[in-house]
Amino acid sequence: MAMPVFPVGDDPGSDFPQLLSRVGLGQSPLPTGVVAGVPHATTCVALRFADGVVMAGDRRATAGHLISHRSMEKVVQADRHSGVAIAGAAGPAVEMIRLFQVQLEYYEKVQGTALSLEGKANQLAAMVRANLPAAMQGMGVVPIFAGYDMRRSVGRLWDYDMLGGRYEEREFVATGSGSLHAGTVVKVGFRPGLDRSAAVELVARALWEAAEADSATGGPDMIRGIFPIVATITAQGWATVSDDELAERYRSIIEQAGQVVER
Amino acid sequence: MSMPFYVAPEQAMKDRADFARKGIARGRALVALRWRDGIVIVAENTSQSLRKVSEIYDRIAFAGVGKYNEFDQLRVAGIRSAELTGYQYSRDDVDARSLANDYAQLLGNAFTHGMKPMEVEILVAEVGLEPGGGDQIFQIMYDGTVIDHADTCVLGGDSDAIGARLAGGFVDGADLAASVRLGSSALSGSDRVLGPEAFEVAVLERGNGRRCFRRGSAADVARFFEA
Repeated sequence: MAMPVFPVGDDPGSDFPQLLSRVGLGQSPLPTGVVAGVPHATTCVALRFADGVVMAGDRRATAGHLISHRSMEKVVQADRHSGVAIAGAAGPAVEMIRLFQVQLEYYEKVQGTALSLEGKANQLAAMVRANLPAAMQGMGVVPIFAGYDMRRSVGRLWDYDMLGGRYEEREFVATGSGSLHAGTVVKVGFRPGLDRSAAVELVARALWEAAEADSATGGPDMIRGIFPIVATITAQGWATVSDDELAERYRSIIEQAGQVVER
Repeated sequence: MSMPFYVAPEQAMKDRADFARKGIARGRALVALRWRDGIVIVAENTSQSLRKVSEIYDRIAFAGVGKYNEFDQLRVAGIRSAELTGYQYSRDDVDARSLANDYAQLLGNAFTHGMKPMEVEILVAEVGLEPGGGDQIFQIMYDGTVIDHADTCVLGGDSDAIGARLAGGFVDGADLAASVRLGSSALSGSDRVLGPEAFEVAVLERGNGRRCFRRGSAADVARFFEA
């Protein structure tokens, strides 16, 4: 491919999706009609704790009543100090995250300085909004965006609706089919200024309860060693919680559940 | 209708080359050299905001001397080209050699067909995955000539003298601080004494995560000088 050079005054600037469409790699318009049977991703939660935010998502993708993937990663790092969690049609969601990641880094390199956390949240809102035609055909994407705001030294979270509506949350947020159950667990257990361990425990518990009640949410898969993705974002940046730690936490959750059943 | 004067192609090319060289020689030089864990670029630049060295992609850095607006335009074009390739195919498919070739086409075209040649000399460096053999330094001249350097490279005015000092002091596998000091002393020469604030330093360092590019802060650069 020849090097993309644009005349002054007609330059796509630091907007990568705009650049894609200028070089003919933009998304083609969708045909009409509803697409059925595509994989959907579900439950994700995020909450604020003492050092920043914690995000978590289960690993299951479903197509109708079938499990289409057991190890999907719905919680991904967007850049050093932010992450995205997605629920909705898996294909467009994964594509949206990839484009979002590229856009953040592209902006940073072209401008020589990174977007503010709020700027990133707005950028994601524009991408959700751009997905509206697909959402109308049953392929909506509803992300959560969370990160550590280096300018304000605080963790922040946003959730979105399918139209690109952007809402900053003060404490916690849940999205996807199991969000009612996961959100309730977080709501009951949430306290301002939780420490890391308590925050990780709370999201692990929330996803467990969601998996208990919602068929589209996957629980910890002890047979294959597949656990939810849990990550913390603090002033030191993004860090995923290890599978070993999660395995330990889920073993004790399962033990407790077993005791309840025995009684 | 007036007849244009005949100018021999040799003369036309020579005039253009002289024009570009004059523009480049006005600016300050920069050097790039391999060190133990990658490539370091040291530029004589007192500005903390108008950069000569910048990040193109995961393992690739860019540096330019000459006219700022022209090499900055090339820098952005390089980021775009790399990001488009990486997005369309895979991040693994972006490499410095093809980027250098694209730059050469652009500069060569401006040199022969443009209103004026670009008054810039640029460098594209890529750090290899493993030490030994993987590091690449390409220099692209104002006329589109590409030169592949093994260990060291100088861009800008007085490059012969700086290059001789640099090559004379180069040691394979040197650490970062020693390499920065060599680069800066090669740039300043024996008749000038320049402090750390006169230099911009950026590093490509392997084994430092996906993004290997790191910009040296003023404090970092001062520390390199103390060591």
